[in-house]
Amino acid sequence: MEKTPENASQAAPLKLFGSWASSYTHRVQLALRLKGLEFEYAEEDLGSKSNELLRHNPVYKKVPVLVHGGRALPESVIILQYLDDAWPETRPLLPADAFDRALARFWCHFADDKLGPAVGAVFASMGEDQEAAVRQVHENLALIEAELRDGAFKGRRFFGGDEVGLLDVVLGCGSYWLAVFEEVTGVRLVDADAFPLFHAWLRDFEALDEVRETIPAVDRLLEYARGVRHMLLGLAGAGAAAASAAAAAPAEAPAAPAPAPAADIAVDI
Amino acid sequence: MAGEKKGLQLLDFWVSPFGQRCRIALSEKGLPYEYLEQDLGNKSELLLRSNPVHKKIPVLLHDGRPVCESLIIVQYIDEAFPGKDGKPALLPADPYARAQARFWADYVDKKLYDCGTRLWKLKGEAQQQARKEMLEILRTLDGALGDGKFFGGEAFGFADVAIAPFTAWFLTYERHGEFSVEEECPRLVAWAKRCGERESVAKNLTPPEKVYEFICGMKKRFGIE
Repeated sequence: MEKTPENASQAAPLKLFGSWASSYTHRVQLALRLKGLEFEYAEEDLGSKSNELLRHNPVYKKVPVLVHGGRALPESVIILQYLDDAWPETRPLLPADAFDRALARFWCHFADDKLGPAVGAVFASMGEDQEAAVRQVHENLALIEAELRDGAFKGRRFFGGDEVGLLDVVLGCGSYWLAVFEEVTGVRLVDADAFPLFHAWLRDFEALDEVRETIPAVDRLLEYARGVRHMLLGLAGAGAAAASAAAAAPAEAPAAPAPAPAADIAVDI
Repeated sequence: MAGEKKGLQLLDFWVSPFGQRCRIALSEKGLPYEYLEQDLGNKSELLLRSNPVHKKIPVLLHDGRPVCESLIIVQYIDEAFPGKDGKPALLPADPYARAQARFWADYVDKKLYDCGTRLWKLKGEAQQQARKEMLEILRTLDGALGDGKFFGGEAFGFADVAIAPFTAWFLTYERHGEFSVEEECPRLVAWAKRCGERESVAKNLTPPEKVYEFICGMKKRFGIE
């Protein structure tokens, strides 16, 4: 492969395909702002995706996709790491130490694999199912709180240290849904007493200029969430699996239902 | 104190393709390590302490400090023991190529194992659905590989490490789905053979018939025909 001089590729234009309510899109917008990078933004109608988007992300057909010098990058966490690799001298998102990087990646994966879907499940359910989902969210938050209190992130203002890093961006862009869902469902998710460090971190994160520039106004989010909740509860009789699949990525327009979960025998390999 | 030994230890389970990713990476780098087979029906104190969040293998212990999740472990191995003095770099230098490698490794994590599990566990309509998805996944991988020697191009790298262990599962998928991977995805099968020629892969993959035997054993245990 021909090696392009770093400066030339850094100068190539950046275009982000996203959706205004998508926390995955916000991650990329925030990272670009933190790195001081100019970019063009294209809002996608998730109910009617553009040919350009489908061409750039044929495998998943989702937002966000970042196109840099004509080359497409899908998947938010992959995009964020790309930004670090392509602009190594500017405000790194990942720490330098290999073990710290592994920790940041681990908790990013936890955020997307466990916490996010658990929050989505709260939003998509009612009654006893919702109570179980809330317990799951609390268990997940407790694990993060423990790391802030005595573990990997002890004593830090942000997960990245004095400055925000990859994990702050990943956890932070999504955590604002917690307050929105609390308002819409009437359920308490992030208790300042139960999770004081997480609460303090989120408050500091949301106060940052670049974050305030990125996250939509809360009344827009509330309106959006109320609409989705209304639709999901209307579907509640039609199958919880479909509803929670749609809610797990609350910012996506109603997606096709995920395939029904496999037989519930766990194979632990 | 137990668990704070110097050097590298891998908590693993013999047939796990996720564990094998780590073994391949360690072998590619020529790194000595202690392999510790885990009893997943009766998890050890060391495993539970090293991965309290998920309680799963693989876990790499480096001077007693745990790194969890196979792709994170492989990246850690690559970064803690960077390419030099004949040790290859698993992730390429070019940022876009790195993103592509991560993308395909992540794709396999999101899609392949779960679909494969449904293919051998389920029956009827659900199994047919899994079969359809499996073919789509394999064709997508075949397409991504294209006419390249490896997923990264000329050099064996991160994406190849991530996907190679699953080639040992093709036979199991084929028998449950009644299809031939060679017929559907000849380039993928040719790639699998090339990977198999590398010592790191040949030494660490479970022979396909043994994987199949293992799955048949699992099915018996869970009362699946």
